[in-house]
Amino acid sequence: MAFSQDEVLAGLAEIVNDETGIATASVQLDKSFTDDLDIDSISMMTIVVNAEDKFGVKIPDEEVKNLITVGDAVSFIVSAQG
Amino acid sequence: MSGKIVVTGLGATTPLGGDVESTWKALLAGESGISTLDYEWIERYEIPVTFAGQAKVKASEVLTIQECKRLDPSSQFALIAAREAWADAGAPQVVPERMSVEYATGIGGVWTLLDAYDTLKEKGPRRVLPMTVPMLMPNGPAAAIGMDLAARGGVRTSVSACASGTEAIANAIDRLRSGEIDIVLAGGCEAAIHPMPIAAFAAMHATSRKNESPTTASRPYDVNRDGFVMGEGAGALVLETEEHALARGAKIYAELAGGAVTSDAYHITAPDPEGSAAARAVLKALAVAGATPQDVVHINAHATSTPVGDIAEYNALKRVFGDHLGKIAISATKSSTGHLLGGAGAIEAIFTVLALHTKTAPPTINLDNQDPEIPLDVVTSPRNLGDDNILAISNSFGFGGHNAVIAFRTYQG
Repeated sequence: MAFSQDEVLAGLAEIVNDETGIATASVQLDKSFTDDLDIDSISMMTIVVNAEDKFGVKIPDEEVKNLITVGDAVSFIVSAQG
Repeated sequence: MSGKIVVTGLGATTPLGGDVESTWKALLAGESGISTLDYEWIERYEIPVTFAGQAKVKASEVLTIQECKRLDPSSQFALIAAREAWADAGAPQVVPERMSVEYATGIGGVWTLLDAYDTLKEKGPRRVLPMTVPMLMPNGPAAAIGMDLAARGGVRTSVSACASGTEAIANAIDRLRSGEIDIVLAGGCEAAIHPMPIAAFAAMHATSRKNESPTTASRPYDVNRDGFVMGEGAGALVLETEEHALARGAKIYAELAGGAVTSDAYHITAPDPEGSAAARAVLKALAVAGATPQDVVHINAHATSTPVGDIAEYNALKRVFGDHLGKIAISATKSSTGHLLGGAGAIEAIFTVLALHTKTAPPTINLDNQDPEIPLDVVTSPRNLGDDNILAISNSFGFGGHNAVIAFRTYQG
């Protein structure tokens, strides 16, 4: 069963909150992981593998650098579900 | 330069309390920090020892989520203790290049190491956390403190099993007397209440099996002692040259008068029953302090509550002090805290400093029937140490034949 965009956003917000303590409400589609949420590369790697587990997708390492905003990540995960 | 080194800040998180004040209060009240472990892995692995001295205050209640995610529990405890000590010292402005860290752990980041291996086996290499290496490395606690307090004069880690914490403080003396360093954050930590170390210590019959009575299981010098009780936590002391402390108007708890390290070269785990190298460590520490055995009025003993270890330490003390030993107030505080391994020397240094500062030797609990082979004057309720200027020592010994002793003296300006 595929996750909807809203479900992916909510799930990703929980992962970000668990890893960094950032409030889930702050994790919005237009927010940049680095510039707005102050998430560094090490936290980002952990968020990515946790997202892979949660949504059953594969996010290749070379793709991670393209995930600038939360919306980028949500879009990638939604489409990667096939 | 006077050459004197003084103690100006104290910090701790222990099975008795989340800071120095609560820990010391509970210690004087004769409380035990030991309790039954409430983890599913106790039953799952049929762990033969089901109790330990867990930190009274969880690190997650004090640190940020990010700090907890990126630091092994041992480093989390270290950071909490170091920050308290630093604040207690007045958060001094220092020259970063003239500040160093001397910090200890016995085992290092064992939780991180074993969690990462479990993750590797169950989920594969991609799931191993990117911070695993800096979290598991034994210098992790010292490095975390050094980063936090911006110490740039060197960050070193002492690893000598249960002697580590005391050895770190002894090493600080050398740094401060070198003239290169004004101030040192020293101490030690441990967070090894994990099924593997518990099973491993149990396998060598080093730990108590009194599962039915955790609070009375740690009983140094008692005829019914059957091993040590593992504890977790950390201690930290701010040590500085007298000149540096006076120049900034610091509150001074006591003088760190001497310290020494020796090694048995006898057996990897058993103490030398003659205690000759341990005795030499005491004598060397006193020599550094410019003191004689007759000057010592109080000892915070290593006294882990093992049948063999407590007697070996007694033999070493008898060798050093002779008849004077009967006049020394002996405290075995592991009876309350359990054995914090790499953190033990640090919290016991704090107890020794506070004993001098408050002129009160802390009690040894659970001494119901003192072993007739260890006829020490054991303090069983808080005891006044008099108003004179006095000297006290703290002993730590570790697997590997490590002996470390430090001496503190009432500060006289």
